[in-house]
Amino acid sequence: MIPQTPEFKANARAALADPQLQRALSGLPTGLVAQRTSAKARLPEFEALRDVGRDVRNHALAHLDLYLETYEHNATAAGAVVHWAETGAEARDIISRICTEAGARIVTKGKSMISEEIGLNADLERQGFEVVETDLGEYLIQIRGETPSHIIAPAIHLTQDQVEADFRALHTHLPADRTLVEPAELVAEARGVLRQKFLSADVGITGANFLIAETGSSIIVTNEGNGDLTQSLARIHIVIASIDKVIPTLEDVTTLLRLLARSATGQEFTTYTTFSTGPRRPEDPDGPEEYHVVLLDNGRSELLGSEFSEVLRCIRCGACMNHCPVYNAVGGHAYGWVYPGPIGSVMTPALIGVKAGGHLPNASTFCGRCESVCPMKIPLPKLMRHWREAEFEQGLTPPRYRRGIALWAWFAKRPRLYHLAARFGIAALSAAGRGKGRFSWLPFASAWTRDRDLPAPQGRTFQQLWAETQRGVPR
Amino acid sequence: MSPIDKPADRDGAREAILGKVRKSLGIDGQSGARDAVVERRIERPVRHLTPARVLKPKADLEALFAATLAAQFSTVLPVAEFSDVPGAVATYLRQTNLSGRLGIGSDPLLEALAWNGEPGITLVPGRAAADTEVGVSRAIAGAAETGTLFLASGPENPVTLTFMPATHIVVITSDDIVGPYEDAFNVVRKLYGPGLMPRTLNLVSGPSRTADIGGKIVIGAHGPQRLAVVIVKSTAPAAT
Repeated sequence: MIPQTPEFKANARAALADPQLQRALSGLPTGLVAQRTSAKARLPEFEALRDVGRDVRNHALAHLDLYLETYEHNATAAGAVVHWAETGAEARDIISRICTEAGARIVTKGKSMISEEIGLNADLERQGFEVVETDLGEYLIQIRGETPSHIIAPAIHLTQDQVEADFRALHTHLPADRTLVEPAELVAEARGVLRQKFLSADVGITGANFLIAETGSSIIVTNEGNGDLTQSLARIHIVIASIDKVIPTLEDVTTLLRLLARSATGQEFTTYTTFSTGPRRPEDPDGPEEYHVVLLDNGRSELLGSEFSEVLRCIRCGACMNHCPVYNAVGGHAYGWVYPGPIGSVMTPALIGVKAGGHLPNASTFCGRCESVCPMKIPLPKLMRHWREAEFEQGLTPPRYRRGIALWAWFAKRPRLYHLAARFGIAALSAAGRGKGRFSWLPFASAWTRDRDLPAPQGRTFQQLWAETQRGVPR
Repeated sequence: MSPIDKPADRDGAREAILGKVRKSLGIDGQSGARDAVVERRIERPVRHLTPARVLKPKADLEALFAATLAAQFSTVLPVAEFSDVPGAVATYLRQTNLSGRLGIGSDPLLEALAWNGEPGITLVPGRAAADTEVGVSRAIAGAAETGTLFLASGPENPVTLTFMPATHIVVITSDDIVGPYEDAFNVVRKLYGPGLMPRTLNLVSGPSRTADIGGKIVIGAHGPQRLAVVIVKSTAPAAT
């Protein structure tokens, strides 16, 4: 996928003006956000579990080399074929070779974000394989030629009407006068169409939410059951997982599973949590004959030793984007690459470079909601700030911003002058804005006021209020 | 199974990745102390925080398990004895107007039941086929924490029976109901040995579902549309 990240501003503007998208996004606060809040309320230990989860991930990452070796040893002992890929291109080559050697025609897929990261579908299709996304949301966007706009709800940008129109246009083998009014009717239609694909697939590809060193297992966490049909009905099951997914033990992963569904959808637990270990056993009547695991690095090993290492704790729940005011306003596609929202704003520059991805860490108000809901307590605003610094240091910040920052710095280095200027400025703005309490237009600030009002200051600067507080002046 | 060689993997990718990981972690050569930490963690897994909701007497856990499953769009069918299972299944299928052809594995407890005493019930042994409408499985454990069934794949319990039929019926004895997931994992360890697993261990907490169309929850996506759980109160053999 070619990054559209440099076009973030234009994409965001278009997203804000798209009434259909705005309607689709409007369900977030009462949907995933409210559901997480109530799931958290039902589990008094939730906050304490976040600390434990963070520690489990930190421990696993601090011993990643050893846990990867243990995982590989135990997975291989169970009959898995473990492959290592330093880059996306290497992972694509490994997977397409397995498909070619199997004489595969149809490849079904469970949902996998790193398959998006490495552009797996396009590569397999170029080589003539029919690739079928089987997660309903992924199927909806695949038939539209789109990419996911959310890491767990990939079609969150679509409304039911659009799905109905797409199904009528694509599923022409079904009666044209059929009713498709209820979501259940649309789901049933997709179930019927995709069931045929599951039954005729030669290779099934899934991602992995976690890998367990203790048992050599890969885990997928789903609600639809599509991942399980993908991996149980095809002759070959391929798992693609990034190297940071390895967790020491079943007890360790249990803590993460307690946090994952609650943070993601607000469910107590996802409907299906599946541990896969090796191919089918000699006496088994079903399951895949071959089981491959592709361990992908693609930059993770370098992130591990950097100031961004904490981002590797991410368990891909999506809570950060659900709670992000920017994501809620513009949706996922505006971010222009695979990972949207706050986690995307940290991951994207790491994976495609700060030159192409630099807009994303700037697209934040630093309100801190992402960090406050992150089950792994990743300090996302801090990491975005590191990217802003890197962008500035590499001279990638536009000249206008640099001049503005230089002007501010000139004042900031002269505290008396700064306070004086701030006092006059705030007082003037306060007087001018007294009527409405906000500005819908301001000279030199039209870039701000074009899209939203600027609140009028109350009259005194922060330093003045602070000084009064210190003197004990009642507020 | 013939082992598959891996000619497409670039030579040295494994060493390159592990080398970069060690470099990033500042690890220089072998460190016995790190090895020991990892070995100990794997051999003696540490339990973390257990939610208070499962720190309860067994009877309360059984009630919590049933109530949680029912709240997750599942039908709970309590029976007193193992020998009551075929009757409860037949009644459920009749009441919901479903087929009596049951896909079933070779679980000895399920196989020993007098299914032929129930009119309308026929057993189709082995894995699910495309036209299998009802699958019957036995869970090796159930975690009351979230009403979660633990199903281990194998000839006793073909994994396709859990996902292909529109209706899935799971039998569990109340003895196998535990509190937290950790206790259920210990059941798995006891059955398969430490560090070993069946090909798939399926944790199931309801019928399949999706919210991918307009964010509305629909029960019945790609997997079963209905989940019925028969909870057998007593595991004692039938008196007759």
